[in-house]
Amino acid sequence: MSAVSTPVRGVGRSPAAGRPWRARAGAAVPHLVLIAYVVVACGPIALIVMNAFKSRQAIFEQPFAFPTPDTFDIAGFETVFTRARFELYFLNSFIVTVSTVFLVLLLGSMAAFALAEYRFAGITVVSLYLAVGIMIPIRLGTVGILDLMVRLGLVNSLAGLVLVYTAMGLPLAVFVLTAFFRQVPGDLKDAARIDGASEYRVYALALPLVRPGLAAIGVYTMLPIWNDLWFPLILTPSESVRTVTLGTQLFLGQFVSDWNAVLAVLTLAALPMLALFIIFSRQFVRGLTSGAVK
Amino acid sequence: MTPLRTTEPPDGLGVDDTAASGAGAAAPPAARPRRRFPTHLIVFIVPAAAIYTIFMVYPLLDSLRLSMFAPRDGVQTFVGLDNFVHLLTDDLLSEAFWNAVWNNLVFFAVHFVVQNPIGLLLAALLATPTLRGRGTYRTLLFLPTTLSVVIVGFIWQLIISPVWGFVDTPLLGQSSTALVTLALMSVWQYVGIPMILFYAVLISIPDELTEAATVDGASAWTTFWRVKFPLILPTVGIVSVVTYVANMNAFDLIYTVKGALAGPDFASDIMGTLFFRTFFGFQLQQGSSTMGATVATMMFLLILAGVLLYFYGWQRRVESYQL
Repeated sequence: MSAVSTPVRGVGRSPAAGRPWRARAGAAVPHLVLIAYVVVACGPIALIVMNAFKSRQAIFEQPFAFPTPDTFDIAGFETVFTRARFELYFLNSFIVTVSTVFLVLLLGSMAAFALAEYRFAGITVVSLYLAVGIMIPIRLGTVGILDLMVRLGLVNSLAGLVLVYTAMGLPLAVFVLTAFFRQVPGDLKDAARIDGASEYRVYALALPLVRPGLAAIGVYTMLPIWNDLWFPLILTPSESVRTVTLGTQLFLGQFVSDWNAVLAVLTLAALPMLALFIIFSRQFVRGLTSGAVK
Repeated sequence: MTPLRTTEPPDGLGVDDTAASGAGAAAPPAARPRRRFPTHLIVFIVPAAAIYTIFMVYPLLDSLRLSMFAPRDGVQTFVGLDNFVHLLTDDLLSEAFWNAVWNNLVFFAVHFVVQNPIGLLLAALLATPTLRGRGTYRTLLFLPTTLSVVIVGFIWQLIISPVWGFVDTPLLGQSSTALVTLALMSVWQYVGIPMILFYAVLISIPDELTEAATVDGASAWTTFWRVKFPLILPTVGIVSVVTYVANMNAFDLIYTVKGALAGPDFASDIMGTLFFRTFFGFQLQQGSSTMGATVATMMFLLILAGVLLYFYGWQRRVESYQL
């Protein structure tokens, strides 16, 4: 690795300065351990993605080899798209996830703004009432939720899923965003108020300033929804409203011995979130480190 | 995530009296200086509160209520705590229940024992001041966490399947190893969370603290354990309680890999799968929404017990430091 061959800054101050070899070795150790764990963390994912593009024979004979022109084969993906309606499942998951994230961010930021900005009778009660939901898993209310959805006629509808997920995501969103809104400088809001801005306008002005919080909550809300199996299994089992995760689960059960198809479906289901996370990981970590923890 | 609330009150006060913009200047600053009925307050808070109340709080309370009802002649009748008595005394049911509770605790124990040391080690390495490529490592190490549990379950099923032959023993097929194997799969997926949270604490420790220790002649090792580790301990508690809550209603992984029957011979049955089977039925047993609600209520009590244990047993004894 490059770190071994480049002189390491900062080590000069440490007592090891007189022994450059040991200092260099010492600087390499973190990389060795981290790389080893990167292999543990990403190796299995890479193994699946790699083998999804290989012929059946190559999957069994050389699982660790990259696909070559000889072994390249996308029969698995063909099976996936001819035997199941994955484009539809993707659309469903996309609609549910995007709608929920939008609602959580909009409604969550509105409530958080109010809790951070105003003092009113019962503010503690409202904050606590919303915060309780952070610790209580919504799944425990499944019996009641299914009952409610049956009465509202929202079984097998994406709207039902969106409402449940929004309720699930709001408590943490309000809690974290309240902390972010408190850090928005008061002068800015007062200047707007003196210029005659309404409270809604002040909210709209403050909103862009909590973007790191919105990004973190966005990612944090999105992942468990896209990946959830429980509520799609219970609330939206029928084919037309099936999500990717449930679709994958059912497909895997059906095609368990067709390794090409299994690997292909795993790859397809994993890639969107992997790609999104790689793009947004900086915001996600920044949100966690500056907003929620420090 | 908890210490936020306590650090900020002065700010809220300041905002308040300026918001009155002159009209309320005569009033004491702590009083409510609003003149009109605060319509905007309703507009801001009610939508979130309403969705949360209707789709989360109400169903939760309704489930608690249903756990005290049972169908008698086709009508839901109030039966008090009969369902709980039935769950805890009926031979078949109580055996399944305690088996699930025990397995769930083992499932959590594996998380606790494995994910904290690994998370801490990775976080400490990531926080090394001279480390290059930190962002890349962080992203790569966190990748498994972004996957669906369904995918994780299947990836590992393929990898430890005899066809590829990396592992000879059928780890998921034996009742002695199935549960621990599943727990380790779950740790593999979620170890990124403790890592990121520990990392966040480590990078927020001011340089002066560690420099002071170095000036006093402390080695990096001593600095870590004497200066940094005590600052991380509160986060270990938070991570553990969050993991406990998540594990107590885990379901997806076991269902994906072992199905609702959580085999072999219920060796990997946890509260989530027991709840699912009780609610929807399996094989010859009929599903029951009231018994399902009863199991859910017991899950709630177990979670509550764990959270209270954390607040009284851990958080009060571990000192938190404001950095």
